[in-house]
Amino acid sequence: MATGKHIAFSRRSFLKTSALASGGVLIGFNLFQACSSKAKMPVDLSQLNFNDFNAFIKISDEGKVTIFSPNPEIGQGVKTAMPMLIAEELDVAWEDVYVEQAKLDTEAYTRQVAGGSQSIRQSWQPLRETGAAAKQMLVNAAAAQWGVAPTTCTVKAGVISNAKGDTLGYGDVVKAAALLEVPETISLKAPKDFTIIGKAKGNVDIDKIITGQPLFGLDYKAEGMAYACVLRAPAFGQQLVAFDDTEAKAVSGVTAVLRFGDKIAVVAQNTWAAMKGKKALKAEWKQKSKAESTADHDKKLMALLEGDNFKIRRNDGNVKNAFAKADKVIERVYEAPFLPHNCMEPMNFYADVTPEKVHLVGPIQTPEGTARGIAKLLNRDSADIDLQMTRMGGGFGRRLRGDFVFEAAQISNLAKQPIKLVYTREDDMTAGVYRPSTKYKIAAAIRNGKITGYTLKEACVNGNMYGLIPNFFPAGAIENYQVASAQIKSNISTGAWRAPYTNFLASAEQSFFDELAEHLGIDRVQLHMDLLDNAKKNPNPKIKYSPERLQGVLQLAVEKSGWGNSSPGVYQGVSVYYCHNTHVAEVADVVMENGVPVVKNVTCAVDCGIVVNPLGAMNQIKGGILDGIGHAMYSDFGFKDGVPTASNFSTYQLIRMGQTPNVDVHFIESDLDPTGLGEPTLPPIGAAVANAIYKATGQRLTKQPYLHNMNLDTRVVG
Amino acid sequence: MPTFNLNINTTMHTVEADADTPLLWVLRDVIDLVGTKFGCGIGQCGACTIHVDGNATRSCLLQVGQAEGLAITTIEGLSKEGDHPVQQAWKSIDVPQCGYCQSGQIMTAAAFLKQNPNPSTEAIRNAMHGNICRCASYNSIEAAVKVASKTSHESHNA
Repeated sequence: MATGKHIAFSRRSFLKTSALASGGVLIGFNLFQACSSKAKMPVDLSQLNFNDFNAFIKISDEGKVTIFSPNPEIGQGVKTAMPMLIAEELDVAWEDVYVEQAKLDTEAYTRQVAGGSQSIRQSWQPLRETGAAAKQMLVNAAAAQWGVAPTTCTVKAGVISNAKGDTLGYGDVVKAAALLEVPETISLKAPKDFTIIGKAKGNVDIDKIITGQPLFGLDYKAEGMAYACVLRAPAFGQQLVAFDDTEAKAVSGVTAVLRFGDKIAVVAQNTWAAMKGKKALKAEWKQKSKAESTADHDKKLMALLEGDNFKIRRNDGNVKNAFAKADKVIERVYEAPFLPHNCMEPMNFYADVTPEKVHLVGPIQTPEGTARGIAKLLNRDSADIDLQMTRMGGGFGRRLRGDFVFEAAQISNLAKQPIKLVYTREDDMTAGVYRPSTKYKIAAAIRNGKITGYTLKEACVNGNMYGLIPNFFPAGAIENYQVASAQIKSNISTGAWRAPYTNFLASAEQSFFDELAEHLGIDRVQLHMDLLDNAKKNPNPKIKYSPERLQGVLQLAVEKSGWGNSSPGVYQGVSVYYCHNTHVAEVADVVMENGVPVVKNVTCAVDCGIVVNPLGAMNQIKGGILDGIGHAMYSDFGFKDGVPTASNFSTYQLIRMGQTPNVDVHFIESDLDPTGLGEPTLPPIGAAVANAIYKATGQRLTKQPYLHNMNLDTRVVG
Repeated sequence: MPTFNLNINTTMHTVEADADTPLLWVLRDVIDLVGTKFGCGIGQCGACTIHVDGNATRSCLLQVGQAEGLAITTIEGLSKEGDHPVQQAWKSIDVPQCGYCQSGQIMTAAAFLKQNPNPSTEAIRNAMHGNICRCASYNSIEAAVKVASKTSHESHNA
């Protein structure tokens, strides 16, 4: 209290309290909107009402705190970081805090979604205010008991003290606090007074993970549950004509074979029998729409880039004029393949559809939307749908789509029993929602040694860059600037993949600037600093990034990587990028081993505002970089006559230990509000690697995966 | 259905299963030991790694019909209190992100360190190359194996 700044608590109506029958106080809150006046707080923990509240804090008579963490955990660390925000302002010892994954409901609008690196950024203020409000109520209760003014009391680690030196624990006053009104003023700590935020906190599920306790969707079991595997069309665009299930039904353990739409489910007493039964099915398929191949996509996307049928997403100045007057025009096309997500835990879901209730349990990044979709699919009241989330064995965007939950619900509905749908790895990789194949054509006009014009055209399958991406760098830094997009339609399912669109856009753009610097005869880092200076001077840029923060990370990465002073045989490439509200610069060190480029070290500088959990942040940053290297260098995927070209890890390469560089991470010290980390370190690394490989080999890499699309015999010596 | 007698985590289990069932699914579906994970089913990812007579083995490739008479250890039986040096190292480094592959990583590391208690960095990287971590926690895995190697020595010498 002594250190905080008193503010009016504007979210009073977002929060309600009740005394629990079992003792202690329960605080329910809605992060993003006022609670309905009808919303009733439960007095029993089994009755937590997530229609009106999206998270709860329980404080027991012993002063122990349980936080029902609202956002889905996919490995990004929010199950640890979000409770840290509450605990900081509540002023309790982290050791006294327990975290449970909250169930979820479908009615109230919330941001109970894991995606877009938004969890921490959007909850930063509301979660801290909730913690502070709860603390204020406890202090008010203690002050009333002592007959002193609350402002004369202080709190440390869940213990309230008054000026005379008397103390009361949170547990001593919870009963009284539960009866008080939500306070009108609260105080938030200054960043310098944080004792939990900014301190490394381990993963809250660590003990269960290292001892193999059930946590994940695939581990969930329920009484009377059967297992199901699904046979889907081998190629996109096919429909089911007929099938013969004689052999499948003869597999011991198989209990039912059920058709739904163009899919066939095999229900069995165990997973292996379901998998065997599925293999034993004989099905006849017919091509309903075109059987597409990567070669067709490539041809069409290239043709699109040659044409004029583009939607202009941002236009500054007069690019036509700039290119007409240019001394020199540089133009390149960059290409990236489709990519599957390959979460280590294959898609799976539990469903129990009964006349009374639809009970769903499993790993999903978008529980609300999925539950709404299930209600519609089964023609049920949304109040019938009960969806419970488990820890997720990775997300990467795949679990934003609820297709596998829909399948599970349909199978349970037909089988009239609880089932667990399990994807094999082959199902997971071939029934994907892929990162769409994309090509960029980037051109720059150069006049009198300056970049006077810049155009970027995006040609993509099924989707295009969204929202504010056209306002990212180099918007505002180059006078005449245009970004445009176009797409072809395909019957292949596509969707979000970690850092959608920027995951390849950054590689293309930052490789292009490396080449531009060479043409201009300017040091690569200097070129970037100069362009960012232009952006600072630009009076009306409407840009999303901060030129100052980009310069800050670039400067830090340059210093820490020894840029320009690498040892003989070590080739460095740099890349700097803003996305998902975070500014990042990366330097890759590449060496040639037996004629093959290998990334040995990466130096990364990050400006993400206040770092909530340095340990979790470090994990996200390193993981994003290594994931980015793996997919830029090695992972290839496409289609031949509608059939995916890879179906398991024998034919699809993910980065492994032996290909992994050391990653050094450096943070910009900041008091600014935190921004996300699940995605923004991935996009820039492709270009840092490509630019380093250029120095090592003299080859400009424009097509991912780089290792499959480069000549490994033409090496520059020295 | 035939029955098999399995020695898992030093306890005998009698299970009913088809002889060709991978031990992975017997562990998960029949014996309720779900710490051993399914990742690929073809021995490529290492998520299902267990110990068979002390050696790291892919349980998706070992049929239950071949598993009788073998001493099988799963992540649940690696230590009584989660206090195996490798588990403790994983905790102190805070290795997991999503956590799904980590029991397989831990089992691979534990068997490797038993055979090579004092490994070089290169040996660690080779030993762990067969286990995929999709979150790419590889830097932390490498660091944790080094910590475990050190702490195992200290406890031996104490």
